[in-house]
Amino acid sequence: MKIQKIAFYGVLLAITVAAPFLFPSFSTQLATLWLFIIVSMTWDMTGGQMGYNSLGNIFFYGTGMYVAAVIAIGLVYDVGEYTGASGGGRYDFTNEQYILGFVLGSLGAGIFCAISAVILGYVLFGLRGPYFAIGTLGTAIAAGELVSNWDWVGGGQGITLPVYSGDFDQTKLFIYFAFAITGVILFIFLKWLYTTRFGAAINAIRDDEEKAEAMGIHTMRYKLVTWAMSAFFIGVVGGISAFQLISFEPLETAYQTINLGIFMVVCVLLGGKGTLWGPIIGAIMFQIFKEVTWNYFLGWQWVALGALIVVTVVYFQDGLMGWLRTQKPEWFGVVVDDKDGEAVR
Amino acid sequence: MDQIMGNIDLLIQFPIVNLKIILDGVMIGALFALAAYGLALVWGVMNVKNLAQGDFVIGGGYVSWWSYHNVPYFHPLLGVPVAFIVMWALGWLTYKLVISRVIERDLFTSLLATFGLAIMYAQLMNLMFGSDTQSLVLDVTGLGLENNYYFADGLIDLPAAKVIGVVLAAILATGVILFMKRSRMGQAIRATAQDARAARVLGIDTEKVYAFTFSLNSAICGAAGAIIVMVWVIQPFYGITYSIRAFVIVTAAGLGNLPGVIAAGLGIGAAEQYGSHIFGIGYQQAIAVILLLMVLIYRLVQQRRNRQVMQ
Repeated sequence: MKIQKIAFYGVLLAITVAAPFLFPSFSTQLATLWLFIIVSMTWDMTGGQMGYNSLGNIFFYGTGMYVAAVIAIGLVYDVGEYTGASGGGRYDFTNEQYILGFVLGSLGAGIFCAISAVILGYVLFGLRGPYFAIGTLGTAIAAGELVSNWDWVGGGQGITLPVYSGDFDQTKLFIYFAFAITGVILFIFLKWLYTTRFGAAINAIRDDEEKAEAMGIHTMRYKLVTWAMSAFFIGVVGGISAFQLISFEPLETAYQTINLGIFMVVCVLLGGKGTLWGPIIGAIMFQIFKEVTWNYFLGWQWVALGALIVVTVVYFQDGLMGWLRTQKPEWFGVVVDDKDGEAVR
Repeated sequence: MDQIMGNIDLLIQFPIVNLKIILDGVMIGALFALAAYGLALVWGVMNVKNLAQGDFVIGGGYVSWWSYHNVPYFHPLLGVPVAFIVMWALGWLTYKLVISRVIERDLFTSLLATFGLAIMYAQLMNLMFGSDTQSLVLDVTGLGLENNYYFADGLIDLPAAKVIGVVLAAILATGVILFMKRSRMGQAIRATAQDARAARVLGIDTEKVYAFTFSLNSAICGAAGAIIVMVWVIQPFYGITYSIRAFVIVTAAGLGNLPGVIAAGLGIGAAEQYGSHIFGIGYQQAIAVILLLMVLIYRLVQQRRNRQVMQ
């Protein structure tokens, strides 16, 4: 690795660590930014790299939230009783129980989501193109509706999780670093994954699935594993989000199909599909746009976001990285031949 | 579980309840079929899967509702033609601004663009009309009819509004079908659906046909919405379930299969009513979506069988 690259990543890491200390009043927004970066990167695994545009990845986010909450509560109390009291009863959690619930809950959520991705994938990956998008969207909406009718997990009211009894700012910092560490791990993992044979195989599926299959790639196996990996990370951040939000309900926060579920797609499109940095840049751009509209166009923010989606999709679908790639192909290691067929760097 | 068994028991012990459920389902399903027909039209002609379909329906409902509350002497029945015209204009605008730019692109683009439109329209309606559920009461006593008819010792009630709604839906559907079969524009639309390039070669202005088709779809949805506001309730965010129902119907029936669309529409209406009777009203939206998944899986299994035959 070249010295500039090491310096570049070092600076980025330093910013990541220092950000919540430099801007303590923005630590919640920064945590949300990490959430967006992570879900965008995971969406890009199937959407950008494998060519399966899912509109229902939010299913794993919501499921992650619920699994994490159920595990954290279930370690100490009876879940049905806890949700039945809907915050009315007195349920105390010691700090050790909270941390244990947090760690086990988030990891358990990830594992549960990975398994459910494999099961769902068996059915849904038979669908191609827009049918896959509609099928996954339907799954997410159906899951939200079913959970909101399931009394054991609190029904339409949702779950109110225990609160960490320590310092409030400390909790925020803790949540921020939980998100940031997951994000950094995911980034390193994807950076490595996209250079392996596995990465090449899922790109082959995107480019031409029939040919990839003819070349001896077990496409179904690759699709399932990719979706399971992306579901694992969404599940983990879903679990962390549950602890961040403390109280959540099924339709608007957990299975928020038309909010986060579509935002992650927009983030990826803004930044550039099928690139490592695209989702990250897109998520940062989107988050800035969102905060600005929230502050200055209050009431109209959703309309502005809908308009952003339409404009991005219709006019700017290649995103920032795609635009850069056409402008400066040499930055991406693309070799451009000149007239005589000689490679020009 | 006990409750579900009890509900099923009720159906067996009082067969007349089945009749009521089917009647209700068919009446609502007729309106689903209208929206689905519009979707099949747009899908078939310009290969755009419109996820904003349901928001056009709700939009039409709000046009009628708003006119009733702001225009003096406005009869709810008048809302149907008014919504037809207003939504025609909105559909034309949507086509010119967005849809015309995604026709030639891949399907995911149009799907996502219309999803963005759906979010935008839903939020606009939320800002303009508030998030409460709304409905209009259709009072037909002035026309010499009763508002409610009862059969079988009052077990079955048949609101006149619903019957009128079905009749209106049938008239609208017949009108559209006749238009497609007989008129010059209808012929042009069908020709474009078969082969857009050939149609262009033969002198059909396909751009105009596309704009017309999309506006017509939006107008049909608007009229359906104006009927729905009389027999049911509307709310800014109910749109997505209408879109999904339309998708279920079109996917189940297949494109260009008009009797299939009507049958599937009536069927899904009845299935939803049965589902919400057995599992409880809270599951009604979930049932619509689960039906979609079932239809998709069914198509998948069907295709797999075809593939094996090919080998």
